[in-house]
Amino acid sequence: MALSTTYELKPGMATREAFGRALAELAKSNSRIVVCDADLSKSTMTHFFAAEFPERFFSVGIAEANMVGIGAGLAAEGKIPFVSSFSVFVVNKGFEQLRTVVAYPNLNVKVVGTHSGISIGEDGPSQMSIEDLSLACSLPGFTVLSPADEKSMRACIALAVDTVGPFFVRAGRPKMPVIYDSEDGFKVGGSRQLLDGRDVTLMAHGLMVSESIRAAEALDAEGISARVVDMYSVKPLDREAIVRAAAETGAIVVSEEHLVDAGLGVRVAQVVSEEHPCPMAFVGLTDYAESGTPDELLDKYGMRASSVIAAAKRALARKK
Amino acid sequence: MIKTSNVAELEAISKNIRRHIVTMITAAKSGHPGGSLSAVEILVSLFFDRMKHDPANPSWPDRDRFILSKGHAAPVLYSVMAECGYTPVEELNNLRKLGCIYQGHPDVRFIPTLDASTGSLGQGLSLALGMGCGNRLDGRAGRIYCVLGDGEIQEGQIWEAAMFGAFHKVTNVVPIVDYNRIQLDGFVKDIMEVEPLEDKWRSFGYHVISVDGHDIAALQKAWDEAAATTTAPSVVIAHTIKGKGVSFMENNPKFHGTAPTRDEMEKALAELA
Repeated sequence: MALSTTYELKPGMATREAFGRALAELAKSNSRIVVCDADLSKSTMTHFFAAEFPERFFSVGIAEANMVGIGAGLAAEGKIPFVSSFSVFVVNKGFEQLRTVVAYPNLNVKVVGTHSGISIGEDGPSQMSIEDLSLACSLPGFTVLSPADEKSMRACIALAVDTVGPFFVRAGRPKMPVIYDSEDGFKVGGSRQLLDGRDVTLMAHGLMVSESIRAAEALDAEGISARVVDMYSVKPLDREAIVRAAAETGAIVVSEEHLVDAGLGVRVAQVVSEEHPCPMAFVGLTDYAESGTPDELLDKYGMRASSVIAAAKRALARKK
Repeated sequence: MIKTSNVAELEAISKNIRRHIVTMITAAKSGHPGGSLSAVEILVSLFFDRMKHDPANPSWPDRDRFILSKGHAAPVLYSVMAECGYTPVEELNNLRKLGCIYQGHPDVRFIPTLDASTGSLGQGLSLALGMGCGNRLDGRAGRIYCVLGDGEIQEGQIWEAAMFGAFHKVTNVVPIVDYNRIQLDGFVKDIMEVEPLEDKWRSFGYHVISVDGHDIAALQKAWDEAAATTTAPSVVIAHTIKGKGVSFMENNPKFHGTAPTRDEMEKALAELA
């Protein structure tokens, strides 16, 4: 059977660049937006903002713990601080600060972690953030978003600006395939069904969304009808979409460029086990990776449609 | 609320605050008397004299802010805020009890008029500097006072923050080190020496004001000097005595984090009569 929709998945913009550009644009009409940077503005792309609004840009040097605290103080004074660095540094080095001076008093700090996952490539595991979603989701009150392309990242940054409360938004280094042609239709706690199907649902966030689309197309050729859902809102989850997937397709695969036992997958499994148990299978990382080109790493560590297809078949085999 | 620059009146307020501290920690059966008693004059001098604030209008944008970065000294802050009229005096003796606004460490969820939740050491100065930058961006004159423990400044984040404060010339933020020379496990010099303390702050770019932290008149001059110094941020190093005002608690590491017994409380209150 033919898919109802097809995606060209043309090469597009890196989500970190989409973040940096969106931030500089939104700041034109919102003077409350300020930025804190720990010597990575050329990489996180907050340099676009810095060039236009130098008085609202705070260089903290290589000091992530202090950066989170400075952001919290700015939020306490009514600013909307974007605190940004490589995800591995801002989340891990700043974690106790994110917990005690951001989450606990529920301050309006927006954390954007770039260069997430293994797709940063040659820099290697010390720079690769594979635990960030787990840590961010563990913080009460945090909204955690992991968009898959330029438009969805722009939408997520706009949501972060417009929604009071702490946010973590996950961005990546490589250019991402285009999935969306509009910034409309995204919300905190939302999801996007990209393809409909009846045999299995493929859920993903970030770069595994396009791989899940490719997997669905391949499965379709084998006569397996797969639904694809972009779970960009990792916290809060779109529980209704999860329950619907479990009820209507009876099997769910969750794929992510993150530790497999601590990310979106286990969060979806919690909802499935509570609301509508069904066979599930998971695609993700199990250990620290290594240096290599992003493509080599994504191949070697299974962040590809082939892993999603294999997982779908594992889940389908357990379907009654 | 009383506002006064009269030293004798501020000393009388200080004695009353000390009585609250001893009584409430005894009632709680746990808490940190030593580092609360050492900071009494610092807080009294700020809240009852120096700081611009209004308990009847606690969110006044132009007010001065206060952050107790050494959050375990919460009893001194609670006593001062209660006597200012922010919170009920009669609840002080429910410190640390379930549901009481006087939590073990300051918590904005329970006392919204606090400027910050604290308790995890090393974080208050960053927060204060963020507030200082926010005030400066919006052209507000409010100053932010931030009390640090001497043990607390062993935390690396304090020095990240100090670099930031000097580099960005955040002169509306005044860190105050309550230099009582004792931390939980013993004397600071034996756990992790912080000397030469003045040189450390100076080398980070701060204007250093050293003062007897129990001398109200000297503290008043220190606040003046900090306000008048605009080329660099100022730090006030307040030389204090842990457990100040209660003879058997003074300079006694045991009373960093041990509540007095009923008998000890009676003895302490007799000394503070």
